[in-house]
Amino acid sequence: MEKFNTFKGIAAPFNILNVDTDKIIPKQFLTTIKRTGLGKHVFDEMRYKKDGSENPNFVLNQKPYDKSNILIAGDNFGCGSSREHAPWALKDFGIKCIISTSFADIFYNNSFKNGLLPIMVTKDERDALLEDAKDKENPEIEIDLENQEIRRPNGGKIKFKIDPFRKKCLLEGLDDIGLTELHENKIKSFEESRSTKHPWL
Amino acid sequence: MSKTLYDKIWQSHLINEQDDGTSLIYIDRHLVHEVTSPQAFEGLRLSNRKVNSPKRTLAVADHNVPTLDRELGIKEEDSRIQVEELDKNVEEFQIPYFNMNDTRQGIVHVIGPEQGFTQPGMTIVCGDSHTATHGAFGSLAFGIGTSEVEHVLATQTLIQKKAMNMLINITGNLDKIVTSKDLILYIIGKIGTAGGTGCVIEYSGNALRDMSMESRMTICNMSIEAGARAGMIAPDDITFNYLYEKPMAPKNEDWDKAVNWWKTLPSDSGAKFDKIVDIDATKVTQTITWGTSPEEIVSIDGTVPNPDKISDEVKQNKIKRSIEYMGLTPGQKISDVEINTVFIGSCTNSRIEDIRSAAEIIKGKKVSTSVKALVVPGSGLVKKQAEEEGLDVIFKHAGFEWREPGCSMCLAMNSDKLNEGDRCASTSNRNFEGRQGKGGRTHLVSPEIAAASAITGKLTDPRNVT
Repeated sequence: MEKFNTFKGIAAPFNILNVDTDKIIPKQFLTTIKRTGLGKHVFDEMRYKKDGSENPNFVLNQKPYDKSNILIAGDNFGCGSSREHAPWALKDFGIKCIISTSFADIFYNNSFKNGLLPIMVTKDERDALLEDAKDKENPEIEIDLENQEIRRPNGGKIKFKIDPFRKKCLLEGLDDIGLTELHENKIKSFEESRSTKHPWL
Repeated sequence: MSKTLYDKIWQSHLINEQDDGTSLIYIDRHLVHEVTSPQAFEGLRLSNRKVNSPKRTLAVADHNVPTLDRELGIKEEDSRIQVEELDKNVEEFQIPYFNMNDTRQGIVHVIGPEQGFTQPGMTIVCGDSHTATHGAFGSLAFGIGTSEVEHVLATQTLIQKKAMNMLINITGNLDKIVTSKDLILYIIGKIGTAGGTGCVIEYSGNALRDMSMESRMTICNMSIEAGARAGMIAPDDITFNYLYEKPMAPKNEDWDKAVNWWKTLPSDSGAKFDKIVDIDATKVTQTITWGTSPEEIVSIDGTVPNPDKISDEVKQNKIKRSIEYMGLTPGQKISDVEINTVFIGSCTNSRIEDIRSAAEIIKGKKVSTSVKALVVPGSGLVKKQAEEEGLDVIFKHAGFEWREPGCSMCLAMNSDKLNEGDRCASTSNRNFEGRQGKGGRTHLVSPEIAAASAITGKLTDPRNVT
């Protein structure tokens, strides 16, 4: 996985409650057998009109948000299905970080596996960032994972918490499977003792 | 120290724990389907890894498969490629597989329990959020993403942090007319779609003790709709009787040993829960959804809410949007709402008991001429059982279509989908915008309400169909 470096990017205001993964990437795009190429379909039903043309009212179709790297999102972002196509599609569009008050568990987990950083902040902090993002002239926010800090356009800073293991994996671009394989002996002895105790398992 | 069911399963699967609580846990069972696995198998190939434990894995194609004219194969090219990819992958990695033409084929969360692949005390995962279903057996079962599918295939483990323990305690008894689907929709309405976030829910109470495994599965299945990582119900004699002599259940001496161990699993008295929610079963009515989130519920005799009465602006906007999408008006009686489609199926409600309950209401009646109605049994074995009981004849006589098993119109990845503006009484689990087809409108209901609605062409209390 690519290392997650500090970056500055355009933040889009996306204050919709309970954005589900069907909304992020509808099922007709789940028939792919690849991880890439889903960016053009992200938020398909909100983003395109029936004739396939762009819906000008949708925030990610508007300048400068069509080049967004950050979403400032509503509560409970990513609820619903376990499809990892959701973070794949967001990442492919260019989103590297989503800031909200809360995320659904599986989406949250899936994001880290794909170098997409979900940040949880308080409602007041999220609302302040929403106001920042709404300023089309200057919607750029800086994300510094190393120092766990969001830097606002006005120079203000918001600190955030993150699980140390997940932080390390993102910063160093670590592969989970490789890390687990380091415990190979422990896994083997666990399997052996389990097979003795509960042979039907 | 007293432990919960979840604590016990967690601790017995712990391989390694870091200081920050990040843990490596062992996975007993892994269910694989065609949609969330191709990239995982590709990952294995690219890194030259093998499947660690094929015998702990079971694969089936369910999301994309046609429910009509199956012998003609899959028409849609993308879907066909995805299923062919699974065919190739299970062959290459030597994974047990029920292919599309196997009688045992069906929805992944129907076949696991049906085969006895699912058992109490296990950790069970699948690249599908409705894996929570298997928690009805007193197992820890949850959905994972494709990267984690690859992780489990390669190592038979997962990196996890322990979730919180949440207890949903159901006091009193349910009215006879109230089903487990009504109960879980009512619970989601109470706690909200994020009510269980960060938690594993254990459901308890006498009302559950009287329930069949099928009904318990309906409840655990929708735990994810309340945001929970998993839902569980302590195993008891009903669980053991269900599993006895299932093809993959322990046999002979192992069976006795297993039952003795399973009996130690229920939460100890005095076990600590981080959150407790009490639900008064006597207050639960026949519940359906009116909106586009599973928490947007209404009693079958209730009305569509009025957004002007909600003070929070974001919530008000969400309700307004749902009403607009659903084509309803505030204050409208939900039983006046006309539907044109009925779907009886999905991993929530496609088991034999669901089909029997719906057939009971349909018997001797006709589907309204304005309604297209289909029954999609959860598996080939459910279908066979229903046919042996003559239920298919009841449905066909009434004007229902009797289909082949699969996920079908629950998520409309195959050709079973709603058209723009269609309105469906559906026994499935998600009513999100576009879930059953772009522009389609979904009301989540019990099999009984689905059956009654098919007859009248409106969302209908089964007691009003005589």
